[in-house]
Amino acid sequence: MKEKLSALYEQDGTKKVLSSLISIVIGLLVGGIVVFIVGLIIPKISLSGAWDGVRIIFAGIFSTGRNTTGMLTWGFNATNWGNMLFRATPLIMTGLSVAVAFKTGLFNIGAPGQYLMGTMVTLMIALGIPSTSVPAGIIWILALLGGMLAGAIWGSIPGLVKAFLNINEVLACIMTNWIAANIVTWMFDISNFKNVVENTKSGYIYKTTFNGVATPKLGLDKIFPGSQVNGGILIAIVLAVAMYILINKTTLGYELRACGANRHGARYAGIRDKRNIVLSMAIAGALAATGASLYCLSGNTEFFWSTYQSLPAIGFNGIPVALLALNNPIGVVFSAIFMAMLDIVGMQLTNLTAYNEYITDVIIAVIVYLSAFSLVIRLWLTGRKNKKSKENTAAIPTQVKITDQSPDAVPETEEGGEEA
Amino acid sequence: MTFLIQQTLIYAIPLMIVALAGVFAERSGIINLALEGIMIFGAFVGVLFVRIMQGNAGILAAKAAGDWITMQGFELLAMLVAGVMGAIFSLLLSFASINLRADQTIGGTALNMMAPALVLFLVRIIANQNTLQMATGDSASWFMIKKSTLGIDKNTDLGFIGETFLNKTYIATYICILLFVVLSIILYKTKFGLRLRACGENPQAADSLGINVHKMRYVGTTISGFLAGMGGFVYSLTTANCTANGDVAGFGFLALAVMIFGNWKPLNIAGASLLFGLFKCIAAAYSSIDINGDGVYWLAEIGISSHLYRMLPYLITLLVLAFTSKKSRAPKAEGIPYDKGQR
Repeated sequence: MKEKLSALYEQDGTKKVLSSLISIVIGLLVGGIVVFIVGLIIPKISLSGAWDGVRIIFAGIFSTGRNTTGMLTWGFNATNWGNMLFRATPLIMTGLSVAVAFKTGLFNIGAPGQYLMGTMVTLMIALGIPSTSVPAGIIWILALLGGMLAGAIWGSIPGLVKAFLNINEVLACIMTNWIAANIVTWMFDISNFKNVVENTKSGYIYKTTFNGVATPKLGLDKIFPGSQVNGGILIAIVLAVAMYILINKTTLGYELRACGANRHGARYAGIRDKRNIVLSMAIAGALAATGASLYCLSGNTEFFWSTYQSLPAIGFNGIPVALLALNNPIGVVFSAIFMAMLDIVGMQLTNLTAYNEYITDVIIAVIVYLSAFSLVIRLWLTGRKNKKSKENTAAIPTQVKITDQSPDAVPETEEGGEEA
Repeated sequence: MTFLIQQTLIYAIPLMIVALAGVFAERSGIINLALEGIMIFGAFVGVLFVRIMQGNAGILAAKAAGDWITMQGFELLAMLVAGVMGAIFSLLLSFASINLRADQTIGGTALNMMAPALVLFLVRIIANQNTLQMATGDSASWFMIKKSTLGIDKNTDLGFIGETFLNKTYIATYICILLFVVLSIILYKTKFGLRLRACGENPQAADSLGINVHKMRYVGTTISGFLAGMGGFVYSLTTANCTANGDVAGFGFLALAVMIFGNWKPLNIAGASLLFGLFKCIAAAYSSIDINGDGVYWLAEIGISSHLYRMLPYLITLLVLAFTSKKSRAPKAEGIPYDKGQR
């Protein structure tokens, strides 16, 4: 048994998972400490209030509210778990988007813009085709595909300027984000999809259920009663597996990874680097937009259309999701669920304590910060092990690798750790 | 015309000073993607400082007595505090990218996510809403230099120059221009500036000549953090009525674009930021711009959607980058962690 554990520890994948778990724990600790210190400084928050805040940060997903005496109660909260899965759906997609671009050596910070373009096209198709003349199922498929296509086109713009004009893709992505935000506002402003039926909701677009279009629940609402979860989560997981196969098991995936590892080397080997950069960004854009489509088509979400001053946080949160999963598409599923859990924790904080949901964004930022030097953490893990066993044969993991880590160890350990 | 110049300057000055912040970091070899986050943090700290100091009896007395020198000093002090806190915040980036040799893009992104989250978390707790405002009054009544503050009668005509540069201006604008000039000279004409630039071009060679590369990079990033934090407060003071809401509307990223467009050279950056300031100004106030003073607001009358004007700064940035990227020459060693063993 001990030998088995030791062998597991030696594996590169295990160390990657461990370094992510360390990032998560430190992130949560920082969040807890900030909450506690703020509770001590601000006079209106009592010591027990601060302690409640800390407890919710670590175990908010198990919170079931407060009882009549004002004490926090704990247990399995099916609604929260269902909502967690619902919120994880778009995060899985934006996380995949960032991860796939990372594999090609591109930093896709343009996911918010791609997400917005996907939202726009999906909503316009879902609401624009009358369900009286076309079956709702076909409209649903058309809307999803339309959103995907819009995202692919929008994502390929930074890819094109990167490949052919050598503009830093980070800057190009940021500019396309803001352009997308303005285009979306403009298009919805002149459209007739604004919700004029419910007069308090004039800033929003109709729900897709207004046209009878919604993602089927597939029985998930029976498992998690009272929540918004639907079949979208299954589609997202299937797409994650598909991306894993595409990246690791196909020629195209190999070419994409080769470009990421060394663009010039790849070109020398006869790989068309420019085509692959554009393709990678197009795939990334399509994935981010699919997240938007799945979120909108759930039928119970409303889109605030005058968005020219803000970008969707779901897009940006694809970055921590991908970093935490170390760009492994299967890992993305688990890290997205973890991020969605933090989201629920934030809601619980706002509802149950004097704190607000923004502390979870601080936790996420700390995790991103730590993953910037996850390599150092992994080296430290290796070094510690080496000192223990007085061996110095273990290979130092390198940051950029064409051959991937052993996949079998990754999902197992991540599942156990991140759900906790 | 006076209005157009003043508005353009208001947008151009924060861009210019933050772009210079980017230059100091990148010339020393660190990509400072966190400019946006540091601006947000600086704006918050500055506004919080103003808010707290407004409860101070001495400041209130000076305000009531119309002691404008004290008020301007107060403004400068707030800028200084915002700058210092920005510098401290930027140490997070320096530590990760210099000592731990982390990926600078991801480290910068982390700071960009951290700043708005932390600021909104604190603002919500302090003010019970998403915007932190001044305790009393607005930035115009407290800090703006008007004819009356200078003891000149309201109806005197100061001529074109006087009206544009003395009436309804902020001292922050001129301090920023002064700082910009001084720091540019330091970067190009002093021993220190030469060493800093050497660390961004060829740190191995610099090290072999006895320059402490890590120290120079720390200094470059810290100056960068100071300028960005100060720029953030200047932005909030002059364009957002001295409020902080965890957002500077992408100014930090625009500043990065200005820096690249300006080819990492101060003079070009000054020109580029004026150009972008003009576009930002058109986007924000196109309906009230009267270019030749004949009462015809033709930008509003040609009937282009306001959405297009708002999109324009970003669209132009992308186009300008597309046309200039072939000529641009970034510092050679930027983004690469310095490794002594790598010669």
